Amino acid sequence: MITGEDVDHISWLASIKVSEEERAGFVASFNSVLDYFHQLDELDTEDVEPTYRVVDLNNVFREDEATESLSQEEALSNAPRTENGYFKSPRIV
Amino acid sequence: MGASAEDAVAALFGKIKRSRLNAYNVLSEDLALERARDFDRSPWSGLMAGVPIAIKSCISTRGIETNCSSRILSGYTPPYDATVIERLKEEGAIIVGKTNMDEFAMGTSTETSYFGPTRNPWDLDRVPGGSSGGSAAAVAAGEAPAALGSDTGGSIRCPASFCGIVGLKPTYGLVSRYGLVSYANSLEQIGPLTLTVEDAALVLDVIAGHDPRDSTSADTPGGYLSALDRGVDGLTLGVPEEYFGEGVNPKVERSVWDAISKLEELGASWKEVSLPHTKYALAAYYIIAMSEASSNLARFDGLRYGLRLGADQDWHTTFSDIRAAGFGPEVKRRVLLGTYALSAGYYGRYYLKALKVRTLIKEDFERALSVGGADLLVTPTMPFPAFKIGERIEDPLSLYMADVFTVPINLAGVPAISVPCGFADGLPIGLQIIGRHFDEVSVLRAAKAYEDATPYHEAVPKEVV
Repeated sequence: MITGEDVDHISWLASIKVSEEERAGFVASFNSVLDYFHQLDELDTEDVEPTYRVVDLNNVFREDEATESLSQEEALSNAPRTENGYFKSPRIV
Repeated sequence: MGASAEDAVAALFGKIKRSRLNAYNVLSEDLALERARDFDRSPWSGLMAGVPIAIKSCISTRGIETNCSSRILSGYTPPYDATVIERLKEEGAIIVGKTNMDEFAMGTSTETSYFGPTRNPWDLDRVPGGSSGGSAAAVAAGEAPAALGSDTGGSIRCPASFCGIVGLKPTYGLVSRYGLVSYANSLEQIGPLTLTVEDAALVLDVIAGHDPRDSTSADTPGGYLSALDRGVDGLTLGVPEEYFGEGVNPKVERSVWDAISKLEELGASWKEVSLPHTKYALAAYYIIAMSEASSNLARFDGLRYGLRLGADQDWHTTFSDIRAAGFGPEVKRRVLLGTYALSAGYYGRYYLKALKVRTLIKEDFERALSVGGADLLVTPTMPFPAFKIGERIEDPLSLYMADVFTVPINLAGVPAISVPCGFADGLPIGLQIIGRHFDEVSVLRAAKAYEDATPYHEAVPKEVV
């Protein structure tokens, strides 16, 4: 069972603030969705390998060559706040 | 003839602006008209020379807003083109605008868009399907001759089915995902939505192929258009028993069986097959998709692009507030549930378990489509026709259930097309044809043979202005 406190913890992990009104709705929908997910418990998968990708590809290598990239101006063109050609972030501490 | 490209493009924008469908959330009218005038001055050649095309809002277009129908990306204008866009431009296509979608492609109805729902041209009170609902509605209503969508769990095939057009999800790895805003990267592919199978093959010829910027993209020979007319003679169709019966609208079921009879008439044979893990596909799909989403959407923090609120506070509070204001309820639900599924103590129970079930589902398809088995599988695309706007949106689980026949295909990574195969009470029904990895040729030729022998793709929806 997911509780309101669980939702708060997940919200902190995901960096999405959850309002008081949203909280009750998420508790209800998370429980019904997770309940549905639990039908997978019926399957014995002890000896089954997980599939991370469906097409067989191993490491793909290329030469480490410098090519053209976005200009600084282009890279910053969508940034809401910039300073001296940098992205401006909130204070970390 | 005699009409210029400029006139044709201008007429198309006239039609789009008179429309009540809300198929687009951004129009690139000036760029499109300028390109059409260039074309009229000195026409270029190419597979899509002068052909207008609509692009789903999650595919990056240089200089054209790409907002994924989300508040958090409103106004975001990519400084580069997705590989598929580069290829369309090289072949001469003209981009008309960006189509409305479920926010970040998370939905089956195009109701979760920040810019309001798109309407189904067959019945304005109904959803067009999703998440590529804008692309499908635009093509069905003649507001674009072709469109690109993306398909993570049915997002091309579902709206194609609900809007009565053709939609193809290619094999995972056939089309480059470079420039596609990721939702669940191990599942999704870009593909065409068109009025005919021939047009879908043409667009696929343009966009398919290896791209060094997407390390999961494969090198394939292409040639889809030229292989179309080989018919279905000698092909064996598998009919999976799990895709019929309980929960499927009887009219949908009847239309699909009629389609199987038609394909038999045309020279194919069919037999029953079983995909025994089908009932576990939805749960496995949603666990994997939500988990990948929680990681992929971590990049939206308002720092390099996107929404930024008033004065910054500390790092965590600032980002948490931006993401709370910028994401809609369904995106929050999926990112939060995915975060939970990946969190300490739950990884094995949910994410790892789902990846193991994915193996079982993939093996189901390998068995059914093995040599000596079936060459193609045929099923309904959706268990029912388009539902009413508002009918399912309040109950997430009932909306997820609509994807029951489309998500297994993404888990297995195989190609599948939806083609129109009839009507239920005036609403289109889609036939899903599924093939082996990288065997788009067989999928397309069966779809073409069926289309040539039936009238359904010629029907025109009511809401065409």
